[in-house]
Amino acid sequence: MRDEAQNRRKFLKACAAAGAAGLWVMLIPRPGAAQRVHHIDPTLQTPDWMDHYYVYVIDLSRCIGCGNCVRACKRENKVSEKFFRTWVERYQVTDEDHVYVESPNGGHDGFTGNVAHGKVTRAFFVPKMCNHCRNTPCTQVCPVHASYQSPEGVILVDKKRCIGCAYCVQACPYGSRFIDPRTHTADKCTWCYHRITRGLLPACVTVCPTNTRRFGDLKDEDDDIRDLIHGARASVLKPDLNTEPFCFYLGFDRAIR
Amino acid sequence: MIYTEFSFPNDMYIYWSLMIVTYPFITGLIAGAFVASALFHVFGRVDLAPINRLALLTSLAFMLCATLPLLNHLGHPERAFNIMITPNFRSAIAGFGFIYTFYLTVLLLEVWLSYRPDIVRAYHSSSGFKKRFWNALALGTHNIGEEALRLDAKVIYVLSVIGLPAACTLHGYVGFLFGSLKSNPWWSTPLMPQVFLLSAVISGMAMLILIYLFLCWSGRAEWSFACLKSMAFFLWLFLVMYIVSEGLEILFFFYESSDAWYVISTLIFDKLWHTFVVLQVGIGVTIPFVLLSYMLVTELKERTFIAFTVISSAVILFEVWMMRWNIVIGGQQFSKSYVGFRDFHPEWLEKEGILPAMLLTLLPLMILMVLLKLFSVRDEAEETKG
Repeated sequence: MRDEAQNRRKFLKACAAAGAAGLWVMLIPRPGAAQRVHHIDPTLQTPDWMDHYYVYVIDLSRCIGCGNCVRACKRENKVSEKFFRTWVERYQVTDEDHVYVESPNGGHDGFTGNVAHGKVTRAFFVPKMCNHCRNTPCTQVCPVHASYQSPEGVILVDKKRCIGCAYCVQACPYGSRFIDPRTHTADKCTWCYHRITRGLLPACVTVCPTNTRRFGDLKDEDDDIRDLIHGARASVLKPDLNTEPFCFYLGFDRAIR
Repeated sequence: MIYTEFSFPNDMYIYWSLMIVTYPFITGLIAGAFVASALFHVFGRVDLAPINRLALLTSLAFMLCATLPLLNHLGHPERAFNIMITPNFRSAIAGFGFIYTFYLTVLLLEVWLSYRPDIVRAYHSSSGFKKRFWNALALGTHNIGEEALRLDAKVIYVLSVIGLPAACTLHGYVGFLFGSLKSNPWWSTPLMPQVFLLSAVISGMAMLILIYLFLCWSGRAEWSFACLKSMAFFLWLFLVMYIVSEGLEILFFFYESSDAWYVISTLIFDKLWHTFVVLQVGIGVTIPFVLLSYMLVTELKERTFIAFTVISSAVILFEVWMMRWNIVIGGQQFSKSYVGFRDFHPEWLEKEGILPAMLLTLLPLMILMVLLKLFSVRDEAEETKG
């Protein structure tokens, strides 16, 4: 009986030692780990991360549905053929409150013809994309921090970290995310992060011929987008979900989904 | 306002398909089987003694396969372990690794302690490689004296007490994964975890009944009509609770008649008419409820009772699988515009197709067959005591 007890004690000691060794392997930083952090290409870093907080404004009364923005986004970001980081919808509302909505090929090729039946009382185009929410459900559900918010308020996906579970796609209420079939990871609009961190505008804003799409910095006191946000009656998509989007719409319509 | 059908351009695919249907089905069976075991250990239902060890082995067999559908679903399964190394604790999925590991540990310990006397006896009566195998399983400790077994029994009781909430958490949490998504009106309801948990319990019990009857029929388990009656009673009890929860969920949607009701009513009366209304409710819920209720209020002959129990259990398993389908697939059959819908037709041979789903559902049963070859479901110590 005593032998058995000793055996058990030996066994438990061995288990404890193995557990401690395992913990040591997992927790103690390996040699070179610290240096590796500093090997990030310095040109990719923005030293003034905290000096910006970006915001996007879409003036619906200006959009003509030309699709320039969708095409520019596709080219700039090499977006997968079947999916869209930004798209344009056309709304036609009749006098009987029938709403006809369409977005053929995401508005990439513009819009032709009239899909509504009855007397159209108002028609307008609605550009859409990731809303870069402050209280974002997509980064909340990402189990490995692959979806995250940059200090400037941009929601990004680390494709080297993403496990492709698609939980973020399910969580996004705006249909802005998709799984890129080429990389099997989540993909979405980044407000052309590679451009804005170099002081350029997102591709879609650059090519918009009617100044429908505006991009600015809330922390820049000279940026007139601050007046636009605070002075105009700006609205957001699905405000009831409390996602606090940073993509604002001017001239919003109750028919917009 | 009346909308013509319109889906957002990215809402074209059903990303969570058969693997995500299979995953909660398998975890549900684990939770259900463990609840049956806990009824014996924790709540002292001695009439359930004949299925106690079977329940543990069944739980273990399915537990070992629970992660496989998820791994097959992931775009990058090689990064799956990041969920535990660099978890985002705000994410519901991130908890999975920890809850799963904790419950697996509790289950492994309970199974090992329950089978320790058998393992030690097998060690003493074997030689050569077999002896080394049983010695490894015994973890080198061969003390099955009265005092040691009394201590084991105490630990098993404690593990059951811990394991029951762990099993409920494991599956209630699966419901939470869906119920916490405010983007999806078909999923977003606080009742979702309860519905998942109760459906898990009935599916686990139903499967346990079928396996138990099969083992009795093949002479490998001790036949007890009292045990079957007790299981049928608990099956009916949890079925009633499940029906009420699921019914209340739909009633809430209908009565609130919010923006979501347009989507939900279209799902129920159109897209999911066959799978939800006809198969899940019309057949899956109605038949077992009627049969089990009838069995409870009338004195049936043993053979008829067995036949009714088999039918009820098989239909309940089918019902729970359909419920998983209707929740998972149904929740993706509409666009986030809430005015556009799409159909889903799974393929047989694709990565997440019908064949892989069938294989992953059958794999735990094969593992169970191997476990049953190694371990007896009869508790010889209890029988000797009896």
